[in-house]
Amino acid sequence: MIETYILIPGRTSKQGVGISEGKFGETYQSEITCLQVASEDMISRGLTDGDWVRLESEFGQIEVAVKTARQDELPSGLLFIPYGDLSSRLMGGETHGTGMPTSKGFDVTMQPIATPS
Amino acid sequence: MATVTPDASSEHELKVITDATCTFCGCVCDDIDLTVDGDHIIKAKRACVLGKAWFLNHTADDRPSCLIQGQAASVEAGIERAAELLVSARYPLIYGLSDTTSESQRTAVGIADWVGANIDTTSSVCHGPTGMALQGVGEVTASLGEVRNRGDMIIFWGANPAESHPRHFTRYSLTPKGMFLPNGRKDRTCVVVDVRKTKSANAADIFIPVKPRSDFEALWALRALANDVELDANQVLHDTGIELSVWQDLMTRMKAAKFGAIFFGMGLTMTRGKHANAEALLALARDMNKHTRFICKPNRGHGNVTGADNVMAWRTGYPFGVNLMRGYPRFNPGEYTASDILARQEADAAMIIAADPMANFSQPARDHLKSIPYIAFDPKETPTTRAAEVAFTVATYGINVPGTVYRMDDVPISLRPALECHHPSDLEILKGIEKQVQKLNMKNAIAQSKNESLRPARDEFGSSE
Ligand code: SF4
Repeated sequence: MIETYILIPGRTSKQGVGISEGKFGETYQSEITCLQVASEDMISRGLTDGDWVRLESEFGQIEVAVKTARQDELPSGLLFIPYGDLSSRLMGGETHGTGMPTSKGFDVTMQPIATPS
Repeated sequence: MATVTPDASSEHELKVITDATCTFCGCVCDDIDLTVDGDHIIKAKRACVLGKAWFLNHTADDRPSCLIQGQAASVEAGIERAAELLVSARYPLIYGLSDTTSESQRTAVGIADWVGANIDTTSSVCHGPTGMALQGVGEVTASLGEVRNRGDMIIFWGANPAESHPRHFTRYSLTPKGMFLPNGRKDRTCVVVDVRKTKSANAADIFIPVKPRSDFEALWALRALANDVELDANQVLHDTGIELSVWQDLMTRMKAAKFGAIFFGMGLTMTRGKHANAEALLALARDMNKHTRFICKPNRGHGNVTGADNVMAWRTGYPFGVNLMRGYPRFNPGEYTASDILARQEADAAMIIAADPMANFSQPARDHLKSIPYIAFDPKETPTTRAAEVAFTVATYGINVPGTVYRMDDVPISLRPALECHHPSDLEILKGIEKQVQKLNMKNAIAQSKNESLRPARDEFGSSE
């Protein structure tokens, strides 16, 4: 089953701490590769924390582990990922005359996968 | 004022630097007391979790100060190679600049002018759309000090300072007791408008979970209410996901405030609508001034991204995305902004200063950057420094390097470095590149004039045949 969601990449304090520790370090890498999913969506997609999914936008695809978002933080249908290398792979090059690619609030499909390829 | 005092409580001598400045985020807190043991900072009093990570993890990277094609080289050789790359390029791009001092930013703009480059800052991928909106509708502004002392209605829209600017609440906007707000937090109303219930929303009195991608519609609904325009309740609910009565209640509170402040983040500028969203919010702040005092400020991310806008503006007349190839500045977001230039495969060389486009640009932009020779400056190893033709490892601004940065409210603040560093500052290298570029330009001009003197004389109408 593939369903469409809205993805919000954004800052987190752990990601900020990771930048200072080093972008190749464990804190930063584990933070930017973890997708937060609303608990209803985790249940409806049969996911548990640590499972892997493939996210695909119009421009690219990535594979990430999932974790249940903090209570109430995300409404169903919205996904959150700390901003970084992986989230940027889903953005297109078009900026619509602004210099800024659409980096938040774009559509993605989410498909559970057994293991990362 | 920074002072250096030995720490009496310790067995061996520790240095304490008071009122040091944290440059990790745009809050630029300049009240941090640093305790230094040898070449490590062991305490950063008053710093938040991000500031602590910034100071306490600081070590001078043990990579060489200069790598050319991954091989250790002298800084002088790096400067020469960098200048050659920039001068010989047909479309050089200079990009980054938000995590360095304004002195370095000024020198980088100078180099762009000398080589006829396109220069852009990380502003274009954070609050660049805000810069465009400012040109469209202007800005009703105030310093953070004014907000601290007067702001009784604080609205955060598409911003999550609890995670991105942790001391924003405690130092400037929410909890401090101000001159006209003796009870601090109790005297202020805090509203968060966002698509998700962030940590900041948990600190608010009112949280409005606006429908994703409908900020523009929500802001125009509020503008209508500010101007007493009647709205269709069903339409508002359909467009914003929120009942009209909620927006009416918010507007009543906004009108009743003595001093309102709206801080906004990339929830507005990175989402569909971008500059149109920022324009709607800035215009709303302007509308509110018919009723009471209201101001609006973007929450700026990097420590000196505000400086980058200021320096670019005072050197070229424009805040970001400036092309100097014709010998005079031209500004056109979408055309002269780094992400577009790279994605369209236009630049044939680049100089990236304190930014990491190889980690956060779109894939087509990254692919092109990887295919051209570029120079990178960073205190740490990043995906961008790894793929650079010339990579300079530089001292860290604020910790090793003095200078000036601009806080998010455009207030310039001096840096008080705590540690020496064996790497040069980016300013020293940029000055070296600027000198070398001038030398090469002179050499090229002489060679060109010699070539021209060998050509047959042209009459004044340009026809020698
Ligand atoms: S709020 Fe920002 S500037 Fe202040 S200490 Fe934290 S990271 Fe540093």
